[in-house]
Amino acid sequence: MLPCDVKRDVLIKDEEPTDPNYGKPPEERSVRELIETGVINLDKPPGPSSHEVVAWIERILNIDRAGHGGTLEP
Amino acid sequence: MKLHGDVPREKLEEVFSEFVGKIYQKPPLRSSVKRVVRVKTIYYLKILEVSGRYVLFRVGCEAGTYIRKLCHDIGEVLGVGAHMKELRRTRVGPLKEDETLVTLHDVLDAYKFWIEEGDERWIRKVIMPMERAIEHIPKVVIRDTAVDAICNGATLAVPGILRIETGIKRGDLVAIMTQKGELVALGKALMTSEEMYERERGLAVKPVRVIMERGTYPPVWKRRKIGKEYRFQT
Repeated sequence: MLPCDVKRDVLIKDEEPTDPNYGKPPEERSVRELIETGVINLDKPPGPSSHEVVAWIERILNIDRAGHGGTLEP
Repeated sequence: MKLHGDVPREKLEEVFSEFVGKIYQKPPLRSSVKRVVRVKTIYYLKILEVSGRYVLFRVGCEAGTYIRKLCHDIGEVLGVGAHMKELRRTRVGPLKEDETLVTLHDVLDAYKFWIEEGDERWIRKVIMPMERAIEHIPKVVIRDTAVDAICNGATLAVPGILRIETGIKRGDLVAIMTQKGELVALGKALMTSEEMYERERGLAVKPVRVIMERGTYPPVWKRRKIGKEYRFQT
């Protein structure tokens, strides 16, 4: 088992309502917001580097900034 | 992995099991880190298929483990030598090869459907909220009134906390979340889960990377009346 698979319980310290006028649940973000801040679980083909694939994603989605979650080798 | 000699299956299984747990690894010549011996943990190592001298296996390992080196080292212990033939990342934290895994073609198609036809369904399948990538990180849920202070870089103090996931140790990376499930910041725990739960004051999480834009939640922190106007202390 991986360390990230540990099951966690929740300790409730206090409760109060959240103001619906501020913020919103992640699933209610607009597509624009998703494109700016979201993540893609991308099946990278072997061959092109992660760096190159990030550049393609930026082109496809017409965005200034994208990144990747780490390379597999040096 | 390609073996450089014939090895019986039993011997393979035996040697593979020796590599589970803590291993010492010196990064390969062509590597992006300093070449000093490092201790890495192998969580699991499972042979999936053997065909002649080819061995297909799945490894669960710590970030920064060189699999090319692992193959080489297994080959050394087997006595015949071996090298890595192909490598595929099948999982990283909560991201797996499941229905969320998409190709570049999928991304392009989904974007076109959205931009040209206004159909959001595909792009919403392809791009997930960032919170999906941090599902494995323990969470601390905070009050609405504490959010903007965190966005401005303040350290999270105990009174701002509503809920805490168990198992947090000092120094652990934790995610500071709103009650709506939004990621506010990633930070370093200054207390354990129990301490955050039991204490009434003190600093709990120091942000290391603020994600949420300032002003998403109202700035009700450290407000001080100066004459007739309110100013925010910095």
